[in-house]
Amino acid sequence: MISRGEAWFDEAAGPLVRPYAVTRGRTRANRYPLDLITLVVAVHPEVHAAVVEQEYARILRACAFPQSVAEVAARVDLPLGVVKVLISDLIERRYLIFRASPSPAARPDLVTMQKVLDGIRKL
Amino acid sequence: MGYGSSDDLDPTGRTGAGQATPAPRRRGRGARSGTDTDGAGLALDAVAIKVLVAGGFGVGKTTLVGSVSEIVPLRTEELLTELGAGVDDVTGVDGKTTTTVAMDFGRITINPRLILYMFGTPGQDRFWFMWDELARGALGAIVLADTRRLSACFPAVDFFERRRIPFVVGVNCFDGEQPYSPQEVRQALSLDGDVPLSMCDARYRESNKRLLITLVEHVMATVRRADAAATGLRPSGG
Repeated sequence: MISRGEAWFDEAAGPLVRPYAVTRGRTRANRYPLDLITLVVAVHPEVHAAVVEQEYARILRACAFPQSVAEVAARVDLPLGVVKVLISDLIERRYLIFRASPSPAARPDLVTMQKVLDGIRKL
Repeated sequence: MGYGSSDDLDPTGRTGAGQATPAPRRRGRGARSGTDTDGAGLALDAVAIKVLVAGGFGVGKTTLVGSVSEIVPLRTEELLTELGAGVDDVTGVDGKTTTTVAMDFGRITINPRLILYMFGTPGQDRFWFMWDELARGALGAIVLADTRRLSACFPAVDFFERRRIPFVVGVNCFDGEQPYSPQEVRQALSLDGDVPLSMCDARYRESNKRLLITLVEHVMATVRRADAAATGLRPSGG
């Protein structure tokens, strides 16, 4: 990755290289249909956090309650792409469960939209 | 563990940002015996819905999100190479610089089974590819316009029109300053007749609530029209 006589150190390299070091270079998370608002929640967060690497543990603790993938990424302060890979690992190990967002084609139905409308009015 | 530390709550160190904004009244905080239990009581089978808040850089997107969100807006980031080769491709990027694309977002928990997320879109045009993921499955969008830099919202209007994503336009009146009539702004944006446009002030919660309400009503009207058109094609069976 660092070649042609150019070396990146510290902050110069950090934003690009370091986050993906925690995924061991893996940049794709195609195993599960995760998007920004996919909800994830940890199964026994404290139990499993004790036995996994630090980055995984932070994610598990952040997922003690259902959270969107975007919220998890923000709370553990890692880029979205990185968090999706790590979340996929945790789903695979059954430490996390997720609920996929509705398919892109399907907008929420009118009943749901009416609930959203009523909810906003009550804010 | 909850999200007690400011570290966890706001990794970007922007904790104070929301507090500087006038008007916002935070919901849900303090009401639960002082513990910050964001997401507590939420069902995993909850439906998550997102709306986008778009517009030029500095037009007030994050201010809008912050004023109606129950949480201080969070920031999520994605990395990309300067050539825009895609966030998935970090191999072979020698020599290229990387850019961080940031999106601020907020949340309104309608009830334990229904959550509304509001995502501010990255302001710069060259981050279009991020918009694809953002827009996928979005209920609709609010386009914030600033008449001093009206052209800054053209790309957003174009994008939502092309994708047939329902949107409303809010003309942000900074300090009540608004030399143009809604009709003039509508013409300048060459908006379709049915796209709602209203004057707003992104600093005020009530104003932003009205925009959100207008958006959801607009989406519902669009869906009803489409349904009516579809059933009109068949012999009506009641």
